[in-house]
Amino acid sequence: MTEFATQTTTDGALHLILDGPMTIYNASEIKAQLLNALKSASILELDLSHVGEMDTAGFQLLVLAKQESLREGKTLRIVAHSPAVRDVIDFYNMDAFFGDPMIIPAEH
Amino acid sequence: MEELYSVFAQEAREQLAAMEEGLLKMEQGDQDPDTLNAIFRAAHTIKGASGVVEIHHIEKFTHILENLLDRLRNGEIAVSSEIITALLKGCDHIGAMLDRVDQGLMDEDPALAAAGEATAELLRSFAGGGKEKMMPEASVATVERAGGEAAISDCWHISIRFGRDVLKNGMEPLAFLRYLLNLGEIVHLTTLCDAMPPAEEMDPECCYLGFEITLRSHATKEQIENVFAFCRDECDLYILPPNSKVQDFIELIERLPEEPMRLGEILVKTGAITQEELEQGLRRQRAAAKIAAATEQAPPPLGEILVEKKMVQPELVEAAAAKQKQVAEKKSAEARLIRVQADKLDHLIDLVGELVIAGASANLLAQKSGQTNLVEATSVLSRLVENIRDSALQLRMVQIGETFNRFNRVVRDVSKELGKDIELVITGAETELDKSVVEKIGDPLMHLVRNAMDHGIEPAEVRLARGKPAKGRVELNAYHDSGSIVIEVVDDGGGLNVEKIQAKAIERGLIQPGLTLTEQEIVNLIFEAGFSTADKVSNLSGRGVGMDVVKRNIQALRGTVEVKTKAGVGSRFIIRLPLTLAIIDGFLTSVGNASYVIPLDAVVECLELKEQDTRGHMLNLRGEVLPFIRLREFFDIEGKRPQRENVVVVSAGGQKAGIVVDQLLGEFQTVIKPLGSLFKHLRGIGGSTILGSGEVALILDVAALTQLASQAEARQSLPAGHAPPALEAR
Repeated sequence: MTEFATQTTTDGALHLILDGPMTIYNASEIKAQLLNALKSASILELDLSHVGEMDTAGFQLLVLAKQESLREGKTLRIVAHSPAVRDVIDFYNMDAFFGDPMIIPAEH
Repeated sequence: MEELYSVFAQEAREQLAAMEEGLLKMEQGDQDPDTLNAIFRAAHTIKGASGVVEIHHIEKFTHILENLLDRLRNGEIAVSSEIITALLKGCDHIGAMLDRVDQGLMDEDPALAAAGEATAELLRSFAGGGKEKMMPEASVATVERAGGEAAISDCWHISIRFGRDVLKNGMEPLAFLRYLLNLGEIVHLTTLCDAMPPAEEMDPECCYLGFEITLRSHATKEQIENVFAFCRDECDLYILPPNSKVQDFIELIERLPEEPMRLGEILVKTGAITQEELEQGLRRQRAAAKIAAATEQAPPPLGEILVEKKMVQPELVEAAAAKQKQVAEKKSAEARLIRVQADKLDHLIDLVGELVIAGASANLLAQKSGQTNLVEATSVLSRLVENIRDSALQLRMVQIGETFNRFNRVVRDVSKELGKDIELVITGAETELDKSVVEKIGDPLMHLVRNAMDHGIEPAEVRLARGKPAKGRVELNAYHDSGSIVIEVVDDGGGLNVEKIQAKAIERGLIQPGLTLTEQEIVNLIFEAGFSTADKVSNLSGRGVGMDVVKRNIQALRGTVEVKTKAGVGSRFIIRLPLTLAIIDGFLTSVGNASYVIPLDAVVECLELKEQDTRGHMLNLRGEVLPFIRLREFFDIEGKRPQRENVVVVSAGGQKAGIVVDQLLGEFQTVIKPLGSLFKHLRGIGGSTILGSGEVALILDVAALTQLASQAEARQSLPAGHAPPALEAR
């Protein structure tokens, strides 16, 4: 299923790479991973460029993580979006909520 | 800009017509609140539209009218004939102001303003009663009106809060929402995550999302609802139709779980309502709550509120659905109609006319060339041209009903003025005829209807003495009859007095005394210039400038008018008009070198003329006596009669006659070109046309020829002691 890889960047941020789907089927697992990662660092960078599939449950988890980070005065950044992630965030009109720069490929 | 004004004037006139229709219905005892509501809505629309185009004097005046209507609607004052009259006067004044707009003058005419002020005063005097007492309610009424304004949005507004379990049940909100794209364009979508609990309480398999969606779509509410059919039971769904009232949005805000101000902001952001509307609405809501708190002794228990809420909801949904349906119907009706300028259509029909002529020419050449392929191709072409011709002409067809409906008002006003009780009965309002004809038939009809009411219908006591109901009856009928449209104005009055007409005609020098005339001929004298038999000259009719003008107007439309009358029973004026003015199916014939076109609709049959069947100008047609006219004699055409002559049997106005020609050349699409004014008084010719060969052919006026033929017959038969043919009085 979805694999998680973490590394710490030079500026002290925790870099979390998600590889695999973000859907209701693995929502519990992703929730736990995200909250764990958020607990262990004050800056969390999410790399979602390998998320092949995202549904509303997956999207909700991003929202949850963002809300938690705001509540605890931490920073959550999504540094890379896969087309699937970009699609969902775009459709839900939540770009401003996350406030991350999205890189839109040239063919769009 | 000018176009904007003309559209405004046109639409306002439509609303005005609706108002008038409703008012007349109410006067006749229609107590349906919907009628009054429709009148109110029409007035409201005029007021709103005039405000938008900034013609403030119309807005101001309509406002006064609307006030009175509002009080009627609230049952504060009772409907009376005087109030209806005042309201109708108000409509007339708006009409007069619209006329000025049509002339491109946006300012108020001082003379008109003075007249308007008088009417306004009258309206206010009715609306004024009990104003002091009504003060609190009046203020509520204004509040209600402000709330009644439609919000600016022309989009659907959808509020949805998904139930917690939708994800667990295998449903995907994204899919539902994406499906909306099939119905229209999502103008704006706001995702609400307010329901999301803190992380530890959050169940990743639950759905906490809600959405506010602005959808631009022509779909119906049902279609939108169906999108969410699968999760309908598990979510809160509210759909507001386009142009919903601000009040509806306020209600929506109250019903949704989120904080009102937050939702309000979202609605403002999505463009559903404006900031100002929102603030007004919330203020009003708080004020209402205060009043409610002051009046009600104790707040109702929670359970009651919930029950009430449950009870209220379906009704609201129903009301919304009804409104939405109305809007959708109106929208789709609008979508089905295109306003096109009449001269564009005229131009199209001119071109089609030229196409028909060119097609005929090509046909002729093809036939001469003897190439079968070419003949086939041109015949396909001419069939298509024929279809185009029919469709193009159909574009100009309008129903006569609108013209007829105007007479409801006329009959009402005139019968009041004359002190007679008269009802108008309309049949065949859906009959279609050419728009240009409809426009020009209004005045002659007006004259005939007024005449019928003034001269035709007797005073009530005379009617009762004659054993008729006291209430007079005027009918307007329209129907199609062999290629022409027939419009009848019928009254059940005293009928035309033949002796009086004859005496008057002799007095006026129209006929010589001692001349023997058939009854019909005498009756037809009323169409002569300078003829009037009214004993009393009223301001409606009886100035002697009536019937001849009517006849001239109708003849200018290539139509005829005749009258059938029976003393004591009534009169029937029958107007026959061609369906179109431009192109007809003709039957081409020739006499000597000249070609003549007979309108195909009038042709009954063709046969060979056999000398042994004729006597003078009569023909024995299978035992029937048929008068005929020999065109060669009638038009004085030189040359010898051919061996074989043909008779075209035509019928017009219920009479049959034969037209004798040399040769029958077959069907021919005829583009009618008017004759110059030099030939205006020519009898028997209705127009001209150009043949494929470039030659000119004359179009026969069948009605006139039939009349001539049968007159000749009547003259011949009279001395022999025959009574004039009995008049039909249907």
